[in-house]
Order: sequence, then C-alpha cells, then structure tokens
Amino acid sequence: MTATIIGSVSCPIPVTDHDRVVLGHGSGGKLSAALLKQHFLPHLQSDALRQLGDGAVVSAGNARVVLSTDTFVVNPLEFPGGDIGTLAVNGTVNDLAMMGATPCYLTVGFIIEEGLAFETLDRIVASMARAASVAGVQVVTGDTKVVEHGKGDGLFINTTGLGLADSDFSPSPDGVRPGDVVLVSGAIGIHGITILSAREGLEFEADLESDTACLHPLVQALRRATDNSVAALRDPTRGGVASALNEISAASRVGIVLEESALPIPAAVAGACEMLGLDPLYVANEGNFVAFVPPHLADVALDALRNHPLGRGAQRIGVAVSDHPGMVVMRTPLGGTRIVDMLPGDQLPRIC
Amino acid sequence: MKYLAEYRDGTIGRALAERIRRIATRRWTLMELCGGQTHTIVRQGIDALLDGAVEMIHGPGCPVCVTPLEQIDRAVHLASRPDVIFTSFGDMLRVPGSECDLLRVKARGGTIRVVYSPLDAVSLAIKHPDKQVVFFAVGFETTAPANAMAVWRAAQLGVPNFSMLVSHVTVPPAMLVILDAPDNRVQGFLAAGHVCTIMGWEEYEPIAAKYHVPIVVTGFEPVDILEGIWLAVQQLEAGSAFVENQYVRSVRRDGNVAARELMSKVFRLSDRKWRGIGEIPASGLALREEYADFDAERRFALDDIVTNEPVECRSGDVLRGRIKPYECPMFGVVCTPERPLGAPMVSSEGACAAYFNYGRARPASVGAQTGMEER
Repeated sequence: MTATIIGSVSCPIPVTDHDRVVLGHGSGGKLSAALLKQHFLPHLQSDALRQLGDGAVVSAGNARVVLSTDTFVVNPLEFPGGDIGTLAVNGTVNDLAMMGATPCYLTVGFIIEEGLAFETLDRIVASMARAASVAGVQVVTGDTKVVEHGKGDGLFINTTGLGLADSDFSPSPDGVRPGDVVLVSGAIGIHGITILSAREGLEFEADLESDTACLHPLVQALRRATDNSVAALRDPTRGGVASALNEISAASRVGIVLEESALPIPAAVAGACEMLGLDPLYVANEGNFVAFVPPHLADVALDALRNHPLGRGAQRIGVAVSDHPGMVVMRTPLGGTRIVDMLPGDQLPRIC
Repeated sequence: MKYLAEYRDGTIGRALAERIRRIATRRWTLMELCGGQTHTIVRQGIDALLDGAVEMIHGPGCPVCVTPLEQIDRAVHLASRPDVIFTSFGDMLRVPGSECDLLRVKARGGTIRVVYSPLDAVSLAIKHPDKQVVFFAVGFETTAPANAMAVWRAAQLGVPNFSMLVSHVTVPPAMLVILDAPDNRVQGFLAAGHVCTIMGWEEYEPIAAKYHVPIVVTGFEPVDILEGIWLAVQQLEAGSAFVENQYVRSVRRDGNVAARELMSKVFRLSDRKWRGIGEIPASGLALREEYADFDAERRFALDDIVTNEPVECRSGDVLRGRIKPYECPMFGVVCTPERPLGAPMVSSEGACAAYFNYGRARPASVGAQTGMEER
C-alpha cells in the first residue's frame, strides 16, 4: 500500500478566550484563578481579600477573628464515608484551622431543590450536627431557599466559619523559606476517587471511603510539637496536592521539589487513577493537609502527625528550595525531574 | 500496586538505561508509536536518561490528536442539537474545532455526557427514547472492539435512537507514511502494546522485513519502555530487523481473536483523514453496510460539514516526528493547554502537552498564580 499525504501540515485556528463560564472555571486550576483575577478582584477590593488566603483575618473590637466561607456542591449527596453535610462542616472548619485559628461558630445556607426527600435532608442535617459536635463548633444562624425542580442538584450548602485567631500561631501561604520540609498528613486522593466511583458507579477491587475529617486537632498536635513553628498549612481540596503546592510556591516565591516515590498514594487510588487516566496529585482531598516546617523540626513534626489518629499516614514528600521560585518539580524514581503545574481546567478521563 | 510498581522500579530502570548506553555504538533514532508511551518517556525523563545513545521521536499514536478537525466540527454540530445527547470519552471535550470545543457547547446548553464505556451510551439511549444518543467513537485498534460491541448490542436490542460518529484509525498505515517519507529518520519502532493486545503483531512482520526496521511491541511503564528500547537497540547493533514482543504479559502473537472478529463484523477498512497529516488510504475503520443505520454521519446528513485545516501550527510535523514540540515557534507562547492551537497540546496523550506539562524545554519562570480559596 502506498500512502499519500494530501494537503499541508495543519492545525485549527486559535480558540479565543471564553465569553461565558465553563465547568473548568470551578476546577481549582488556572481557569479558577483567572475567574477570580478577571471577574471578581477588579470589583471587590479589600486588604484582607487581596491576600487570597483560605480565609481572612479581621479585627472586631479587640478580638482578632478569622472568617472563611465555602460552598459545597457534590454529586452524589451521600457517599461512602460521608455526605454533603459532613463536607460542609469539615471543609470550612479546616479552612479556619489551616490559618491557625480555633474554629468557634458556623453559619449555614441551604439551597434546596424542589423534590428533595425529607428523609435525605434529615440525614444530611443530622450528620452536619454530628460533624459540628466533633469539631467543637456551633451552628448559630442560617438560611434556606427552595428552587424549582431542575434548577439545583438536590442540595447546595454554604457555610461560613468564624474562628479565633492566635497571635502566636499564624501559618501562611507566603511564610515558606528555602529548606523548609514538605509534609503531607495522610494518604492522597481518597476523597476524590470515592466521589468519582460513587457518581459513575465504577467498581474497583477495594472499597474506598471518603476520609473527610475535622483536621483542627491534628493541626494543634503539629503546633505543639513544633512550638508554633509551622510555616504554611493548606488542605488540598479541589485541585489536589499539586494545586495547593503551586499556590504556596507562588505566594512564598520558593521552588518546591517533590519525591515521587515518597507520595502516600493508596493502591486503590493509584489503580483507579491508572484506569481513568487521572493524576492523583490533582484529585481532591478532604482529610489531609500539606504542612511546611523548618528542616530541624521535620522529624518531630512527622512523629507528632503519625502519633495522632488522623495523621497515621503522614509522609515527608519534599522540600522548598531557592531555585525555580513559583515552580513545583518532582523527582521521578528513574532520577528524572518533571514540572508539576496547575491544571488549566478539570482533569478529563482519557480514551485508553 | 501489584504488577505496576515493579515496572516503575528506579533501580531496574537505571540499570537498563546503563545497559543501553553501553551497547550503543552510535546514536540510534527510535519512534514510540503510542501517545501513552510518549507521556511516560517525557514524564519520567527517559529521553534525557538515554541522551547520546538513543533519540526518541514521538509518533502519531494519540487518537485524540489525529482526529481530523472536520470530525470535531461534526461533533460540535451534533452536540449543539437540542434533540441530541452527545457522549464521548473525556479527553475529546477540550480539543479545539474550527470555532469551539465541546466544553463550550456544553456551557451553551448542549447535552454532553462523558462516558467510560461506549456501552454506557447504549444504556443512555434506552433510558432516553425521546432523544438521539450519539457516541463519538475515536481511537486506534484498542478502542475499536468495545465500540464495535456497542453497535452490535444496539442492533441486537433494537435501539433506534443510538448512533456513532466514527473516527477510527489504524496503526500500520501511519507507519508506512512515516517510512515512505523521503526525510524519514526512524530506524526502529516501539509498537503500541495495547493496540497489539487486540491485533497481535503478525501485520507488523512484513513492515519490519520490507523496510528493515526492528519493531518491538512495548508496554507503557518506564521499565517496559526501557526494555523495549534495549531490545530495539540490540537488533540495530546486530543489523537485524524483526518483530519482537516486550509486552509479554499482555500481548500474544495473534492478539485477541474474539475482539478482532467482532471488530471485523461491525467495521470495514476505509480511507481516513488524519489531523495534521491528511488523508491516508485504507487507514481507518467505518461501519459496515449492515450497521449503516447506526452511522451518525448518515443519520444526520453531516456530509455538508467539510473543514479544511488551515496552516497555523505544526502538529503534523510533530505527529510525524519531524520536529520536537518545542521546535514549533508557537509552542508555549501562542499555543498552551489553555489556548491550544492543535490537539497535541490538549490531549492527555499529546506530545505537545507532555512537553508542556512536564516542563521540557520551557522557560524557567512561570507566572504567579492567584490562590484565593476555592472549592
């Protein structure tokens, strides 16, 4: 057979900028950052907002308080290991904890779709109550709205948390120095793969359960062990560990070098990611955080995490460096290195 | 993970690389045919590890990348119809068409579902008898049997509202295009393990003999690829050229006979356009006449949508291994995963995406990213 080549080497015209919101704007990657930068920050300005942290530290009278808000949309509403209610409490409480604050109060807003079974709603609100009790926070005010059938995904929840700031303990994304060691407090990717499996009805060999948890006690254990010397903390939720580390590396103007062989990725997560063509570094987490600590405290910090029930799977995964500021790279088992960048949008499952 | 960790072992990998460097008396040029292999090579730094002994050039084996612009435009047209539920594997959604990609059609209200199996699309059609459910059947011989199964099943069950937009291509004709090019530099191939899991390797034997090129059926993990390269380099050093199987845990000489039988029951060979390359005779698969009712191109009269690809980027040169992605003047400057000029920059298996995402030949500075809390 003789093959011919017809026409010249070719490619399509460039795709222009988005003129409307696409799902990728909610992925936690570059599109999300662009959404904020281009459509929110030009209009909404304040000193606190400009810092773009997990929440804001503000003064109220003599008190320094931390505020954080988060809106939860998840399909399915209930999944192995939790539901949208537990996520809504733990997610906001964890954001406060990542800023070194002690979580105190929550407000809750519900957007409920017409037709949601009361049985489901009751279960979700009851599990919110349990999660709030475990986290030691009170729900102090709230709101409900009902939208027409088809105009919501069953239930959306917003929670806003208020916590007390601590002048001795204020880890911050811009607080990392070269030499600081990167720790992760537990296994990577479990929550995201659990949700994906539940949503798509995928069956893998091992059953996965979301690891959603209130991380405040674990943060406090780390704090005590390091005598308040934690440079930065982040819970790598949407966008995963890769996005969280990219944000910190940009804010602190340091480079980060990860060791691929040190990443705690459970076999079930690795297997699911292999099959679906996903990278576990970009899969959402709800039950762990990344922490940066000075090198001389790395061992005690790791021990403190591992001695806590929520941190048994903690690992040292990398180090901050002065080279390539703003860039995260990973050393592969073969000795090569590659860049671990922010994703443009959602991860898309591949063909084969 | 069982049977995966072993093939990612750094010590074994480095030892193989050392062995390759030791036996190579000159710098050999090999092409890996599959985009999955390209990603492992770039992601793990295998090309750098072998620098001086072997040059890897990246072949046209990313199914997303070679799907012609015309088919993407047809997909966009179908997905925009209010009576259609358009189903696809995930990585087709961000591939740019002439005017927009499928993600944007979705944002404008088109019904697009990502499925993990073409059979899910048949189930959707049964569940939504008032809608036309179209599946975008893309890929090499690897995905063809499952797609054939979906059509066969739809025919068995009598699902009138299911159809398929077919854009299947096959590997051997693309190899011939590369080997017949006057400026060809490829001295040996790593054939795609998963394609050969279906097809076996008999059809590669005449190619190895006629063009005197070693062809090694190779897997996708770092140790697989290094072993495949090692076998190919041994052949080149010995002056031999035959088909060898590295991926023994998955591939047999005659492939998967049952899968091939189903494929040939549903599909026939056809001419196909390849994005960036042009039309290659008998290089693709189309539905047989018995299954023509399930052909979305016929059902929706898509023949009017004809797109000629303008000369904007150099994905064709990349897909044929003539240039490395970073040698394209658009790479990383005008063309990025956020604003792709061509499919190789967006597909999870695309060579340009591999180089961009894993930071090869990219300026050392990256822009600051905002980090406002989002979930």
